[in-house]
Amino acid sequence: MILSNLPALQIVLPLLSAPACVIARRTPAAYAIAFVASWVAFVISCLLLWQVEHAAGGVISYHLGGWAPPWGIEYRIDSVNAYVLLIVAAIGAVVISYAGPSVASEIPEPKRYLFYTCYMLCLTGLLGVTITGDAFNVFVFLEISSLSSYILISVGKDRRALTASYRYLIFGTIGATFYLIGIGLLYQVTGTLNMADLASRIPALTGSRTVHVAFAFIAVGLAMKAALFPLHIWLPNAYAYAPSVVSAFLASTATKVSIYVLLRVYLTIFGPAFSIGSMGINYLLMPFAIAAMFVGSAVAIFQPDIKRMLAYSSIAQIGYMILGFSIATSLGVTAGILHLFNHALMKGALFLAMGCVFYRTGAVSIGSMEGLGRRMPWTMAAFVGGGLGIIGVPLTCGFISKWYLVSAAIERGWWWMAALVLLSSLLAIIYVWRVVEVAYFRPAPADAPSGEAPLLMLIPTWVLVVANVYFGLDTRLSVGVAARAAKALMGGG
Amino acid sequence: MRHHLVLRVVTKLLIPFILLFALYVQFHGDFGPGGGFQAGVIFASAFVLYALIYGVDKTLQVVPEDVLRVGIGLGVLIYGMTGIVPLFLGVPYLDYSPLAHSAPHGQENGIFSVEFGVGITVSSVMAMIFLQFASRGGKDDEDANGGGDET
Amino acid sequence: MNDWVGVYNYWIVVFLMMAGLYIVIARGNLIKKLVGLNVFQASVFILYISMGKIEGGTAPIIEPGIKVYTNPIPHVLILTAIVVGVATAAVGLALVVRINEEYGTIEEDELDELEEQERQT
Repeated sequence: MILSNLPALQIVLPLLSAPACVIARRTPAAYAIAFVASWVAFVISCLLLWQVEHAAGGVISYHLGGWAPPWGIEYRIDSVNAYVLLIVAAIGAVVISYAGPSVASEIPEPKRYLFYTCYMLCLTGLLGVTITGDAFNVFVFLEISSLSSYILISVGKDRRALTASYRYLIFGTIGATFYLIGIGLLYQVTGTLNMADLASRIPALTGSRTVHVAFAFIAVGLAMKAALFPLHIWLPNAYAYAPSVVSAFLASTATKVSIYVLLRVYLTIFGPAFSIGSMGINYLLMPFAIAAMFVGSAVAIFQPDIKRMLAYSSIAQIGYMILGFSIATSLGVTAGILHLFNHALMKGALFLAMGCVFYRTGAVSIGSMEGLGRRMPWTMAAFVGGGLGIIGVPLTCGFISKWYLVSAAIERGWWWMAALVLLSSLLAIIYVWRVVEVAYFRPAPADAPSGEAPLLMLIPTWVLVVANVYFGLDTRLSVGVAARAAKALMGGG
Repeated sequence: MRHHLVLRVVTKLLIPFILLFALYVQFHGDFGPGGGFQAGVIFASAFVLYALIYGVDKTLQVVPEDVLRVGIGLGVLIYGMTGIVPLFLGVPYLDYSPLAHSAPHGQENGIFSVEFGVGITVSSVMAMIFLQFASRGGKDDEDANGGGDET
Repeated sequence: MNDWVGVYNYWIVVFLMMAGLYIVIARGNLIKKLVGLNVFQASVFILYISMGKIEGGTAPIIEPGIKVYTNPIPHVLILTAIVVGVATAAVGLALVVRINEEYGTIEEDELDELEEQERQT
């Protein structure tokens, strides 16, 4: 009974843990519920990946309410879905394990049970966006995750997070509403909301102006959610001033899920022939991706606040993912999806390490990190591990995704693109080296607080760093699933 | 508000009818406009009216924050449990057909139950939002209407 | 001429959508921005519901003898979208209340100045 209903349980168990956290007012109870639900969700996502790999046709279809699609809502899981589900659930589980001491130091006591409630709601929303096969259901879950992330960002003690969250709210709601308009126009011409059904009906309608307008609205809406340059301005403040747990969780999952929806819409609903052939969306996204890579890395170099630096670095990495998609070959989409996975691990590790720094020193500016390499050796080593991944040093998973990206560019004959990718990686060296130089090569001030972060925070950080290195060496899982996912998207299309 | 006799009397007369109308809208959602969300908002508006006339403190005595907090969670759990029961009966999540002796009656029971959950949650949320906003700041106008509503 | 007047619902949608977006961009007061956002969302509701109406169709409740019903699906979708809009407005207003408590103002230019000053120190 459980194994056949896994798609529903993947959403229902985190979802029902949220009201359970609200009713169980006391923080230890709320934390226990959130912890158990997150790890159960992770186990379910692993089982789903295993099921999809062994399923007939590589697709699991689950009919909610017993209604067959297109009348009812369908949860449709193939390799792309299962991969992204695994990432989101894994990060959710690792971050909740880290959260205990971090939340205790950054969020006032009366609000902590609300924090865990919103955390579970955000996790539910992100998992739901990934798993569903119905276009309107994507909107509902997207808004669930967005609303809870506005709250998560603003619940800490930093008052700058309030204005950051407000700006994110305005941008995010406009983006989601644009997506809603696009879906409405598509419903108007096809009469269905199910993604597979839309995919079968749109090819006959590609001359219609309504379909073109719907395509444009959805493209802009999802670009706002995914923080693609130049619609990225909500991201730096939101990730910099949020509590550390929230930065780590959102940076590794929220934009990735939006990029997944982008790929789904372009390659499954509209199909490669329409999106890439007649509309040329990849040529449109390419300059924005390249601009994101360079502007993000360049601005990151000048940030005194390290979390803000990491946020701008995220904007650059999102540029890499979109660049992979814009190469528009199976290898390119593989590179993009692979970088989705690897970046979640790397950025997660970096933000968790900064959370440890904030826990001990109370500040995340580069000035306050002098001599940290000696005072907090394990934390800084974790930061260096994540940083090497961002640069793309061999032996880390970041190297694997850059390798695939460059190979895809060269396979298409675009040597200039490969050169640009390598050039922007050089910029990454500069901003990572800034931190390393201050932490290891400057003496610590005399009155600096010392001592390592608590073990409960160090272990999840190091789990992500070790995963970083592991997936840099053994790429069978990450590259294998990404390649199958890309083939399913580009080939089937 | 001690001077506003007409308002106070009319409010006391109207609130039972508002609550009754909310319950009507809740349970007749499958025959006419209505359902959980609309009914929840109307139900909460009765409490909002009471708070406007008699003050937020009195309203918090009538419906304490803890009751609202439990209500918020309880409705969602009712909805979720109505979905999980079919899992034990061997059908997909949220399939209401096995919940009664025949499929249409099962659907009716299922919809009734989930709308009930929605109604509880929405009314608790709306009342909680209003009371939270109203009880922040503005402590200086308590002297104006704090006085003598002892009736 | 009928082509332009017959689609009057879409003209209303376009007008509200542009008005809403203009308010969000051009007004500096945080609450006015939220009002603009709500106007923008209202235009989307009108788009969905007006597209669902079928001429000569009655309310979608099965009655013997009636053959043409209005499409109920857009109504269901918009009910969900309205709830999302209400929740967004609630979160947005709660943020504005907190911003007012922390900064003492809800004008965007004054907030930018205060944050700039904080960044200098």
